[in-house]
Amino acid sequence: MKLPTLRIYTIAYLIFLYAPIIILPIFAFNNSTAVAFPLQGFTTQWFGQVWADPALREALKNSLIVAVSTSVLSTFFGILAARASTRYSFPGSGPVLGLIMLPMVLPEMIMAMALLVVFLSVGIPLSLFTIILGDVLICTPFAVAILTSAFQSLDRSLEEAAQDLGEGPFSTFYLVILPLVMPGIISATLICFTISIDEFIIANFLGSGQKLLSTYIFGQLRFPKNVPNIMALGTILVGVSIALLSLAEFFRRRGIAKTGAKDTGGFL
Amino acid sequence: MSEPFPRNRFWVSEAASGLALISPTAIFAILLLAAPLATTLLYSVFTDGYLTVIPQFQICNYIGECHSRLADGSVEPQAYLGAWSDPVVLSLMQRSLFVSVLVTATTVLLAYPVAYFVSFNVEASRKSLWLFLITIPFWTSYVIRVFMWNVMISRTGVINSALEGLHIISDPLQMSFTIQAMVVTLAHAYAPFAILPIYVALEKIDRSLLEAGQDLGETRFTTFLRVTLPLSMTGVIAAVLIVFIPVIGDYITPNLIGGGKIPMIANMIEKQMLKADNRPLGSAIAVSAMLVVGLVSVLFLFLNRRYLRAQK
Repeated sequence: MKLPTLRIYTIAYLIFLYAPIIILPIFAFNNSTAVAFPLQGFTTQWFGQVWADPALREALKNSLIVAVSTSVLSTFFGILAARASTRYSFPGSGPVLGLIMLPMVLPEMIMAMALLVVFLSVGIPLSLFTIILGDVLICTPFAVAILTSAFQSLDRSLEEAAQDLGEGPFSTFYLVILPLVMPGIISATLICFTISIDEFIIANFLGSGQKLLSTYIFGQLRFPKNVPNIMALGTILVGVSIALLSLAEFFRRRGIAKTGAKDTGGFL
Repeated sequence: MSEPFPRNRFWVSEAASGLALISPTAIFAILLLAAPLATTLLYSVFTDGYLTVIPQFQICNYIGECHSRLADGSVEPQAYLGAWSDPVVLSLMQRSLFVSVLVTATTVLLAYPVAYFVSFNVEASRKSLWLFLITIPFWTSYVIRVFMWNVMISRTGVINSALEGLHIISDPLQMSFTIQAMVVTLAHAYAPFAILPIYVALEKIDRSLLEAGQDLGETRFTTFLRVTLPLSMTGVIAAVLIVFIPVIGDYITPNLIGGGKIPMIANMIEKQMLKADNRPLGSAIAVSAMLVVGLVSVLFLFLNRRYLRAQK
């Protein structure tokens, strides 16, 4: 087992994981509508076409509205739930948290359909707002998970010290706790933003036909001549996702360093 | 809170503060998760009307023959079959289960060595970098990743054209629209879900136990089988459940990779709920799918508990 077999295997596995993402930019700059080898030369025309497409701009605008609202709301709900579960013990905390975290283990399709049925029967018209509601439902468990670990690493005595020095519960939270968990809050917001931008099922079934980025991409796949455009768009999206995640990871680590805890790795 | 005479002990107690703090999130989850799930359950035993659902109890959406109501309230002569009586629904359920089991087994088996490597062979200071590398692909758009697999495996796609260019094959391989392609795509999509819980379980193992095993004459391999593997079982179970549950309800992969030719249960739920506008039947299929998922999960947890007990 001392042989580097495991290392070679892991690297091969990583290549498998990254294969689609590596191939994406290669063909985004390839001067041919056919996505196949051999490569036909360098071009940026697909990026130009993406930039010039008004339907895409509309989709981007809608996606940004949804993702920003979702990340703010989910993080807010996440802060409340994480703070309540780490700081206080109260009856029914197990089942309540279980319900809040349930979307992590429910097939998305079933949640989307259940929500759709309720929206239709209560008479809530489908819009960007209903997409936001669905996305918040899905993102909140991720926010709770990230924020729970942020709140857990807080030293309770800091809070007691602030209260001994005459601060009320609100100013203690604002002056002492919030700055310490801020990195967790930022990382939760970024993760929720990323999840919401990528979310397809909710956007497809809980919207009223307005395109979001994910549904726009899905719709374009039927037209082979649009494939290079999607590659260009995908390249940009993957780039932005990786940048946001690196930022989230940076803040998460800084948060851990701030509270003096040990890095246990990973978001999940 | 050092008020000398609290007006009402409950309102300043721990329990009240906690409940008050969690209530907005909890109310949101009750309204948008518990209530819709309850509605689905209720609809699954109601009667299908024309563009509506009639609150009249019946069990035939699950089993037997059902009749919808027409716009004027009369009974539609053409009957439809309940979820468990309809061979089409049953075969889709079977296929979803089959694909999920295959994907789960593939994903977890492929993921275990990676988690093992990161936990045992990587220096502590570099572990989070490795984990970050493993999770990045997971955070990029699922639609785009599935689409990329489609582009890679199509008849004139990346893999076929590369293999032909290298003169390894002369005729393109048929990879699209196959269950194997769906399994590969899904195993790719859910990889981090399997790696992370196994990694967490492996990290918790006390390393001195492994030394003890070897001091007592076990080889590295038998130590792995008798110490490491049983102790990491909790992570494997978590991985199995976390992969199995979403895969059974996957919608995009059957659509893009299967080309709509290999539908799974989620596609059937969509069809009944929207295109066929039979919400009671759609709800019954959704509830059945949840039951199957729940049952398989419980069965798996039960088997595993017995396995763990046998180990002791």
